[in-house]
Amino acid sequence: MSAPYVPVLFMLALGFGFAALSVFTSLVVGPKRYNRAKLEAYECGIQPTPQAAGGGRVPIKYYLTAMLFIVFDIESVFLYPFAVAFNKLGLFALVEMVLFILTVFVAYAYVWRRGGLDWD
Amino acid sequence: MTAVAPAAFQQANIDYLAVLPLLIVFGAALVGVLVEAFVPRERRHTIQLTISVASLVLAFVAILFATKHQGLTFGYTDGATSRRLFALAIDGPALFMQGALVLMGVLGILIMAERFGGVGSDAFTASGASTPGSPIEAASARAGLITSEVFPLTLFAIGGMMLFPTVNDLIGMFIALEVLSLPLYILSGLARRRRLLSQEASLKYFLLGAFSSAFFLFGTALLYGYAGSVYFGDLSKAVSDTSLGLNGLLVAGAFLVFVGLLFKVGAVPFHAWTPDVYQGAPTPVTGFMAACTKAAAFGAILRLAYVGLDTASWQWQNAVIIVAVLTMIVGAVLSVTQTDMKRLLAYSSIAHAGFVLVGVLAFDQRGVSSVLFYVVAYGFSIIAAFGLVTLVRQDGGEATHLSQWAGLGKSHPVIAGTMAFLMLAFAGIPLTSGFVAKFAVFAAAIGTGGATGTVLVVIGAVCSAITVFVYARVIVLMFFSEPADDTVEVLVPSVGTTFAIAIGTLITFALGVVPSSLLDLADRASQFVR
Amino acid sequence: MPTALPSLLSSAGTYAAGLATHDGEAHAATGFTSYAWLLVALPLVGTAILLIGGRRTDKWGALLATALSWAAFLVGLVIFFQMLGRDAGNRAQTVQLYEWVTGGSFQVQAGLLVDQLSMAFVLLITFVGSLIHVYSLGYMEHDPDKRRFFAYLNFFVASMLLLVLANSYLLLYVGWEGVGLASWLLIGFWNWNPAYATAANKAFFANRVGDFGLSVAMFIMFFHFGSVDFTTVNAGVAGLQGAHQGFMTAIGLMLLLAACGKSAQFPLQSWLGDAMAGPTPVSALIHAATMVTAGVYLVVRSHVIFEASPTAQLVVVIVGAITLLFGAIVGCAKDDIKKALAASTMSQIGYMMLAAGLGPIGYAFAIFHLLTHGFFKAGMFLGAGSVMHGMNDQVDMRRFGGLSGVMKITWITFGIGWLAILGVPPFAGFWSKDKIIEAAFVGEGWRPWVFGLAALIGAGITAFYMSRLFFMTFHGKRRWTDDVHPHESPSTMTVPMMVLAVGSALLGLVLGPTGAITSWLEPVSGAAAEHEPVLAVPVLMALTLLVVLAGAAFAWLRYWRDEVPLTAPAGNLLTQAARKDLYQDQVNEALLMRPGIHLTRSLVFADGEGVDGAAGGLAALVGGWSARMRKIQNGFARSYALTMLAGIVAILGALWVIQ
Repeated sequence: MSAPYVPVLFMLALGFGFAALSVFTSLVVGPKRYNRAKLEAYECGIQPTPQAAGGGRVPIKYYLTAMLFIVFDIESVFLYPFAVAFNKLGLFALVEMVLFILTVFVAYAYVWRRGGLDWD
Repeated sequence: MTAVAPAAFQQANIDYLAVLPLLIVFGAALVGVLVEAFVPRERRHTIQLTISVASLVLAFVAILFATKHQGLTFGYTDGATSRRLFALAIDGPALFMQGALVLMGVLGILIMAERFGGVGSDAFTASGASTPGSPIEAASARAGLITSEVFPLTLFAIGGMMLFPTVNDLIGMFIALEVLSLPLYILSGLARRRRLLSQEASLKYFLLGAFSSAFFLFGTALLYGYAGSVYFGDLSKAVSDTSLGLNGLLVAGAFLVFVGLLFKVGAVPFHAWTPDVYQGAPTPVTGFMAACTKAAAFGAILRLAYVGLDTASWQWQNAVIIVAVLTMIVGAVLSVTQTDMKRLLAYSSIAHAGFVLVGVLAFDQRGVSSVLFYVVAYGFSIIAAFGLVTLVRQDGGEATHLSQWAGLGKSHPVIAGTMAFLMLAFAGIPLTSGFVAKFAVFAAAIGTGGATGTVLVVIGAVCSAITVFVYARVIVLMFFSEPADDTVEVLVPSVGTTFAIAIGTLITFALGVVPSSLLDLADRASQFVR
Repeated sequence: MPTALPSLLSSAGTYAAGLATHDGEAHAATGFTSYAWLLVALPLVGTAILLIGGRRTDKWGALLATALSWAAFLVGLVIFFQMLGRDAGNRAQTVQLYEWVTGGSFQVQAGLLVDQLSMAFVLLITFVGSLIHVYSLGYMEHDPDKRRFFAYLNFFVASMLLLVLANSYLLLYVGWEGVGLASWLLIGFWNWNPAYATAANKAFFANRVGDFGLSVAMFIMFFHFGSVDFTTVNAGVAGLQGAHQGFMTAIGLMLLLAACGKSAQFPLQSWLGDAMAGPTPVSALIHAATMVTAGVYLVVRSHVIFEASPTAQLVVVIVGAITLLFGAIVGCAKDDIKKALAASTMSQIGYMMLAAGLGPIGYAFAIFHLLTHGFFKAGMFLGAGSVMHGMNDQVDMRRFGGLSGVMKITWITFGIGWLAILGVPPFAGFWSKDKIIEAAFVGEGWRPWVFGLAALIGAGITAFYMSRLFFMTFHGKRRWTDDVHPHESPSTMTVPMMVLAVGSALLGLVLGPTGAITSWLEPVSGAAAEHEPVLAVPVLMALTLLVVLAGAAFAWLRYWRDEVPLTAPAGNLLTQAARKDLYQDQVNEALLMRPGIHLTRSLVFADGEGVDGAAGGLAALVGGWSARMRKIQNGFARSYALTMLAGIVAILGALWVIQ
């Protein structure tokens, strides 16, 4: 066992110990007076989200938007370093990058044509 | 263990002819997405089917050409350290798997394209995004909408599967794993009937798949920590370099990486998703998954076991031995009480995965060729079997309960006879491919696996004896039982499905009678490049 | 063939050198022998035409099948005469068909081994098989599925021929499975009767247990010798030293398990009685004359392995002795004519097993008895079928009696079979069975006394129950139900019976005292050293005849002279036990099935009775475990994930411990 890791192990044990201890302590010493509100999830006294219209489901539109954002986000993650090193990389990398952007746009075209961008 | 960064950008060596099959499949998938975007609805099905089949056939031709371009590609040799950093290994096992996947993919797609002569009776939902039972769903069904996206999705999955046994590093393997998995998650959720079951299956598959991917990544990280590289060549070298002495990282890392792959083949204890997903997914997709995912994942397992972690085999082989034993026993025993055809085939596929693992554990070239042979033999049989399941209907939906198959031998002798033959193949009766395949893996294991191999084979023999009971029960049920009621009907399949089922069955027979050509091919293709 | 030949010849050469003249060296086939594949192909073509042709072949299909079966017999006959023309050392020949499996370093060449042993079987199978085809033309005349029946019958003949002609265990296994399949299809031929379907399944599962043994034996052989063809394995065994005896014992016992499953030997015998559900010609061909003797063939064919392991040999003898007594006792209590004959078959195969386990001294007699038994037992089964044909398919012997007057031909032919099985000189059984009894008395220590006496007592009991069967059916008072009008069967049925009766009468005389059979088989099975039994031969012969006479006389007293009650009397404990197959099914049930069923009861679905009931013990036990383990599969993704995690932790922990 290499010595440098021993403190880490101690820290780990300490962390676990503290967590276990606090839960246990509150279990023992805490008052237990339940009421309806406290038995709710999160026991914060506030009703969870009321039933959404149309059978308790959240519209999928938010997710679509979020996913589109992520797709373009990732694309820019690749574009940034490419832009920085563009000079060194040469034609090969440029072609690769164009191909990459094209594939993303294929997906974008699909989303656009199939109504993924219409809010209603 | 400092990370070696390339001094300057070095352009990757890419042998385009060697990777052409992959490019064709992925390119066709992208075209398929564009078709979805721009082609009018009523023509999509035909066009998509044409593109898919044509591209797969083309890819097969390209694979034949690629056999002359074997070697490492998609990377570069580091000048300073002369390390070979290549992401893809185009070699015998990879090309063999690619060829098999493409051909099985064609059959799978033909069965998926089955529409029974009219719009609205295919296997896929009209509108995947609608709530089951909602007005939107009803409206889309009335409008005759179809989910022709299944074709590009399947092509993406096939592309990922072709990549899976080809990749030469852990990160590439992870990407291939995800590329093949994500389309499958979606495909599993698209059943036309019993949609809630299908969506549940999809979600479970996704959650557990993500869970296993996490293990795979964790293992990759540990192995990177151990070897300072994710390339298989470096891994192998690092293990033989005994001065490192970080066995804790190696053992845990190797096993966790295996977990990610064993999950895909449905090995116990990572099998729990299999029956639920096989049952819930649209049946053509189940057949495709059972054949192709398993084949691709075993290709990847082979490469990992024989190239990346070969020198460390004594570190992880015990773990895989335990998994193989568990897989065979649990698969065989649990299949006994199944009452649903799809679940029965799911457990049978688990047991088969166990038998293949026995071949993997032979640690020998013969092990490689026997595994290659087994997955192909099994793949063609299982595609045909699930193809048959799609035909047997009651009240419009598939009749998957075993009691609904009772007496099918009298009313539909051809269908029942074909199914019975495939069951015999799964049982490993001589003159079917199943027998030769089992014999090949068991012989490999017993030949070079030593005492462990022998024990594994004995367990395997006992388990296959148990599964024989299961298959025999189905046959008995079809031929010797009175039908439960008369409303079970068998639809007349289109040319495509008929072709797929016939080819699958014929290959099952042919590989049982004249297995030599494929065994030879597998044998010649069993050499990995490093 | 061209590439395979040199290696085959060279291995055969080394083999012969190592073994001196123990076994005949197999040469590549010459002359007509190279067409031996026709033997298998002809009936197989018949099957294909009849099954694929469908209803169109209804009219002439049965005739075609019969003709093809006779054609196979003719081919066999020509090969046989060619073989006769060569001198004893050169009779065995091989026919390479094609390279079945060539991948990697394991190779299997499908080929046929045409030697003295396999030819003996070929002639028996094709001749008796063809006769039974003819008989079936009459017996199945009015059956709507006649065509299917003949297709299966042809398939059986093809598979059985493949089994005995195979030159490797692997190809033998193909035939082995083939005859199992044919037997299953034919037992369940009238599958609209659930009991028949159940019987078919019972046979199937008992056979699977046996097949498991065969496949394990093959794996061990492959492990040890790198091949599973007879030549290599035999050569390998000869090359091994004593240290590997454990392996030889393992292979031997596994082969014995296979033989027990196929030949209905203890403890896997329970299916044979139920198998009588099939049409009577099937019982005659498959469950009396040929298939059930495949186990004996396997043991004799593998004699080199058994000789390398005295333990395995001893177990064979013990199994044979137990079964011969077991079958004989069961046979005494059965009132169903076919089940009584089935018990007798079991017992007679017990004799063959016993002989096969005795070593070189017994092989020839095991095969000899197998041949004679093939004739007289097939003849008696056909006779039983003829009786049933005339008696509205009744099988209860208590409702027969006095049939000798109305069914003269059946009576006479059956009578010859009866004399043959009793071992009355000069009928066939006398020559073969007495030799086995003699051989059983050879040896030292306790063995000759135990096994010899078992064989001797068995002969007495056989005489009793066979005479009982004969007298109850053909003599005594007529106890017919009112609606039957017995009549003689048509000539398609009686002619085969007559032919078989001639064989039963003369075959022993031709082959036995002339020494033909022993000298014929000697190149295959090895020469037997001369040993004297512990009792003098004439004494033994006299003793045997005495017990036989006593058994027959006792049967005469009870079943001819005395009135036979219409319903079975309660009987003593042994009778009751014997009626129930000595509680074999109950033992199976109590040990294996009951706990299994208890566990599965809540989960087995409606079909359970037909299939699970038949599956018997092991399957239900597995089912029970299966049902328990199924509960883990509860459908919750969270518990699946937990299973995965627990599995990973457990396996990593195990790795930790191992390393």
